[in-house]
Amino acid sequence: METQEHKTALTDWHVQNGARMASFAGYQMPIQYTGIVAEHLATRQAAGVFDISHMGRLRFDGPRADQLLEQVLTRRVLDMQPGQVRYSLVCNESGGILDDVLVSCLESPSGKIYFLLVVNASNKAKIVRWLAPHLVDFPDVEFHDVTESTAMIAIQGPKSIEVCGKLFPASVLGLGYYRARVTEQMSKPCIVSRTGYTGEDGFELIVRAEDASRVWENLLMAGRAFGVSPVGLGARDTLRLEAGMPLYGHELEENIDPYMAGLGFACQCKDRNFVGRDILAERSKEELAVQRVGLVLEGRRAAREQSACFDMAGNPIGTVTSGSFSPTLQKPIAMAYLSRHAAILGAEIQVDIRGTTARAWVQELPFYKRANTV
Amino acid sequence: MTLQPENLKYLPSHEWVYAPQDGSGIATIGISAFAVAELNDLVYMALPKVGQQVEAGQEFGEVESVKAVSPMYSPIAGQIVEIHDGIVDRLETLNSDPYVQGWLIKVKMSDPSQLDELLDFAAYQKLLAQNG
Repeated sequence: METQEHKTALTDWHVQNGARMASFAGYQMPIQYTGIVAEHLATRQAAGVFDISHMGRLRFDGPRADQLLEQVLTRRVLDMQPGQVRYSLVCNESGGILDDVLVSCLESPSGKIYFLLVVNASNKAKIVRWLAPHLVDFPDVEFHDVTESTAMIAIQGPKSIEVCGKLFPASVLGLGYYRARVTEQMSKPCIVSRTGYTGEDGFELIVRAEDASRVWENLLMAGRAFGVSPVGLGARDTLRLEAGMPLYGHELEENIDPYMAGLGFACQCKDRNFVGRDILAERSKEELAVQRVGLVLEGRRAAREQSACFDMAGNPIGTVTSGSFSPTLQKPIAMAYLSRHAAILGAEIQVDIRGTTARAWVQELPFYKRANTV
Repeated sequence: MTLQPENLKYLPSHEWVYAPQDGSGIATIGISAFAVAELNDLVYMALPKVGQQVEAGQEFGEVESVKAVSPMYSPIAGQIVEIHDGIVDRLETLNSDPYVQGWLIKVKMSDPSQLDELLDFAAYQKLLAQNG
């Protein structure tokens, strides 16, 4: 963990606008502006604008950048075309998850092809260290950590497209899901990516740090008529939980492999080589000992991380990794790792919440699915 | 003396107590407007049962928001003689009025002198200002 407190290009805006701030992975980040539930529902009903500049942004230039990334990512990179984005994992030699990332293949306005890796803030230093020996193998690949020189803003929710229609060229609105391009926002360079972490349609934008406040204000201004509001990390967490998306440090850890986490789709072991490939190829054929599931609880009291799970006979079967009251479903939800025999959809289990037992049912993820997918 | 913020005594952990000198020895306890605003989006509250004994500074229940769980501490010792009926199903009451409408429990005090050890309104306001 970095000891120095970092600001994003928007930290001052958050403070001036009354956000409740907290340190997250070394960055001064907004947790909430008006309240988690209000911001959560605004995102589901209209759209939310999020400062996610704490996410690590790593850029790789040079004709062999794809080969370097091919060695470290569980997802195939060599066949990526400009404009494509893929969700991938970085694993260690024993198949444990070091991070989950988005890799984008982009084309600059001058026609240069480069790759961008967006990593978790809390894992950035670890991933940069992990990449070092590979960078030595590829001295011709130029590597830049552009986290500090850029800002990252997400707009997520059903009104995202309409709001961005006021700010971006029409070509951007036609971007497919998991597609990205380098464009401009009011003549400022901007990477637009149709991705997100809320279960809603929307975009993630990367701009120069010096342009961040302007783009941020433009989004809020264009969104005002639609009920768009700024959203903090508190609601980002409840949104991703409803969407069944894992969070590193909770559902993902170095002692969790992609198959346990339900992320086998992100491992492409056939006809390629990458760190952890052989063991992952083997694991893909084995039966899972434990797996990630959703839980819905009775009442209104939420299970939290570390809550122990038991079968109806009282035998321990697993542990909760994330839990909260769901603003959309109006009931407590959680994600947990349960042993295979207990991970049966619809099965009733018991969860210990600080000494009292609550009834819970195993449920398919995600808890929330938007009506219209791109 | 009426039940309003100026007339209450407080714990630094944001519980209030109202103890009118009416000879009843019964104190009313709740959590402050600051605590309610801090927690935000209350979803659950657990309260004790009538007849239970509490000690000063001892946890008497818990309140949960979307994000976090907080214990609630009793400002004074005594026996619980009343629980605010139905308040746990109307937690939104605490947003608008955590005092008159949003009180939580009543306690028959075993040692009213403990009231002197609590923060008065001015001291509590000062504490809030210091914590920014």
